[in-house]
Amino acid sequence: MTEVAPKEPAIEVENLVKRFGDFTAVDHVSFQVERGSIIGFLGPNGAGKSTIIRMLCGLLTPSEGRAIVSGIDVAKDPETVREHIGYMSQKFSLYGDLTVMENLRFFGGIYRVPRTILPERIRFAVTMAGLEGREDSLVSTLAGGWKQRLALGCAILHRPPILFLDEPTSGVDPESRRRFWDLIHSLSEDGVTIVVSTHYMDEAEYCNTIALINRGRLLALESPTTLKKRDLGGDLLSVECPDIGKAISLLEGQPGILDIAAFGNAVHLLVDPAKVSCHDLEGRLTTAGIPVERIGSIEPSIDDIFVRMVGENSPQGGAG
Amino acid sequence: MRWGRIRAIAVKETIQIRRDTRSLIIALFMPFMQMILLGYGVSLDIKHLPVCVYDREGSQNSQALLKHFQASEYFSIIAVLKNYREAKAALDSDRCRIVIAIPHDFSQKLSDSGGSTVQVLADASDDNTANIAIGYAQSVVDGFAGNLAVAAQGFGGSPAMQNQGVDLEERVWYNEDLDSRNYIIPGVVALIMALVGALLTSLTISREWERGTMELLISTPVQPSEVMLGKLLPYFAIGMLDAVFCLVFSVFWFHVPFRGSLFALFFTTSLFLVVVLGVGFLISAAIKSQVGASQIAVLVTLLPTSLLSGYAFPIDQMPPLVQGVTYVVFARYYVTILKSLFLKGSGLEDLARPVLAMGIYALVVAFLAGRAFKKRLD
Repeated sequence: MTEVAPKEPAIEVENLVKRFGDFTAVDHVSFQVERGSIIGFLGPNGAGKSTIIRMLCGLLTPSEGRAIVSGIDVAKDPETVREHIGYMSQKFSLYGDLTVMENLRFFGGIYRVPRTILPERIRFAVTMAGLEGREDSLVSTLAGGWKQRLALGCAILHRPPILFLDEPTSGVDPESRRRFWDLIHSLSEDGVTIVVSTHYMDEAEYCNTIALINRGRLLALESPTTLKKRDLGGDLLSVECPDIGKAISLLEGQPGILDIAAFGNAVHLLVDPAKVSCHDLEGRLTTAGIPVERIGSIEPSIDDIFVRMVGENSPQGGAG
Repeated sequence: MRWGRIRAIAVKETIQIRRDTRSLIIALFMPFMQMILLGYGVSLDIKHLPVCVYDREGSQNSQALLKHFQASEYFSIIAVLKNYREAKAALDSDRCRIVIAIPHDFSQKLSDSGGSTVQVLADASDDNTANIAIGYAQSVVDGFAGNLAVAAQGFGGSPAMQNQGVDLEERVWYNEDLDSRNYIIPGVVALIMALVGALLTSLTISREWERGTMELLISTPVQPSEVMLGKLLPYFAIGMLDAVFCLVFSVFWFHVPFRGSLFALFFTTSLFLVVVLGVGFLISAAIKSQVGASQIAVLVTLLPTSLLSGYAFPIDQMPPLVQGVTYVVFARYYVTILKSLFLKGSGLEDLARPVLAMGIYALVVAFLAGRAFKKRLD
C-alpha cells in the first residue's frame, strides 16, 4: 500500500457534478479533507450525500469534475482507490445468511489480508463490535447496533487509511449511536480519515468538519464551533405553545420576524432585536388566544443554522 | 486474478447454497424428479395398441397373419369386425386406433404373385401415433412375409422376399431393443444439466443485487472475473455431481447401455457445464431480480433443449429453416455427443465436430461472463 505524503489531503474534490437524466443530484461540489480528520456530510434525505460518497468510492461515475482519493483520481483508477478505502453502504449489506465469522473471513479474503494477520484482525473486529460469544450467530439474527458495528469491523479489516460511512447510524438506538461514534473517534485518533454522512444534526458535534449539503449543493464547510458562531443576522427566540401551526401563521411575515420554523414542540424565530422583544411577542400571541408556555432567547444549534442557510439558498429566496 | 479472492467467494457461495432451500432443491431434488418424470413419462414407444381386424378371407393364411399381430407386443386385437361400416364406427368411437383389413383374395394373390396387400385404416388425428402404428404394422407384415419366405425357401422361394429380412436388420443398430427410452434418456441428461446449471447460477448475481450486498462487494478491489470464477466453481461441482447421478441412474435404473468412455463423458460434460453456467451467470448479471432471472433461465434452456436439441424429436425430420436454428442451440451438440457415447460407444475422435462446437461455445460464453457485470451503480 502506497503511503500518501503527510501534507497531501486525503481527499480532494473539485467541482464534482452528478446528473441522473435531468436531475442534478450533486451540483459543483468542491472540498478537501485533511488526513486523520472526520468530515460529516449533513443534510436531509435526498440532499446528495450518498451520491457524493458513492462517487468517491468509484461506484458512480462523476458527470463533471474531479475526485482525488488517497492521491489517486477515482475516475481513472477506481480499483487502486478501492484498495485504500473501507465502505459502509447506507443499506446494511453484509451477508445475512452467513455468520459473523463467515462474513469477516469473506471480507478478509476479498481484501487479501495475509493469513498470518487475519485471525488477529478478526479478533479485534469482534471485540470492537462487542460480538464476543456471537461469532457463530447468523448475521440476520443480530440487532441493528451489532450489525452496524460488524459492518464497520468488516470495512476496516484491511486497515484502510480512508473510511466512507454512509448513514451508519440510521435506524440504530441512541446508545448504539453513541457507541458507534466512540469507535469512529478512536479510528480517527489512529490516523484514519473518515467521511461520514448523517441526517442526525446532533451528530455533527462529533465531526472535525461539517459539510452542509442541500439539493446537491455544498452550503457550508467548517468546524461545528465556527458554524454555530455564524451570524444569523438577528436574535434567536424559542416559543413553546400548544398550537404551533396557528402561531406560525400568525407571526410569519410580520415586521421584525426574519425567519420562523417549527422545531419539535417549539417555534424558533429569528427576530430583529430592534423591532421585536420577548414581551412583545408573548403579548401578540396571548391576544390571538395562544397561551405561551415558555419563551426565551436561545443559542443557535446546527439545526437552526441549517434551516436558516437552506432558507437563504432555496430557489424561492427564503423567508424574511 | 487472485486465487485468494476466488476462494473467498467460492467458500461464501457454498455456504449460501447449503443454507438456501431453493438452491438445494434445484441442485439435488430436481435431477431426480426429472429423471423419473421424463424417463417414465415420455415414451415414444407404442405398446399394446388397440386394434380391430376385418378378415374378409378367413383362410389359414389370413388367420396366421392375424396371429402375428396378436403375438406382437405392439398390438392387441380387441374385436373382430364383419364389415367396413363397423370398421368406421370402431375408429370414430375411439375403440381402436387402427383397423387391419385382409382382402378376400389374400391367399390367392400370395400364391399367384408371391405378394399381397393388407389394408391398414388408421386414425390419424394423432398423426404421430398413426405413423408409428403403421410402421409397426408394416414390420409385423414384413415379419410374416419373411417367415413365409423362409418357409418357401425350401421350395425355392423368391429372392425378393429375402431382402425384406435384410431391411429389418438395418433399423435396429445401436438400440437393439427398439426401446425409445434408450433414445430419450441421454437427452434427458442434457436437459437436466442445462436446466439445473442455468437455473442455479441465474440466481447468484441477482440475489446480491436484491439483498443489497452487491453494493458492498463492488466497493472492494475484487475483479469481475474473480467474482465469476468464485461463484461458478461451487455450481460446477454440483453440476458434475448431478452428471454422475444421472449416469448412474440411467445405467443402473433404466438399464440404458453406456458404451463410450467415461473420460469423454466427463470432458464433454465439463464443456457443457461451462456453457450453461456461463449463460445463467450472464442472465443473472443482466437481470437484477431473482424471479425474472430464473424465468429467463428456464426459457433459454428448457425450451430450446427440449424442442430443438434432438433430444426427443429428430433434427433431420425438422423443416430446413428450423434445422438451421438448431445449430445455435448449444444443447444440440451435447445431446448428439451423449447419444453417441451412450448408444454407439463413440470416442472423442468420432465426436470432433460437436466437441469443437461446444468448446467454441464455452470459450465465448466464459469470455462474456467474465466481463458480464460492471462494478458500477450507474
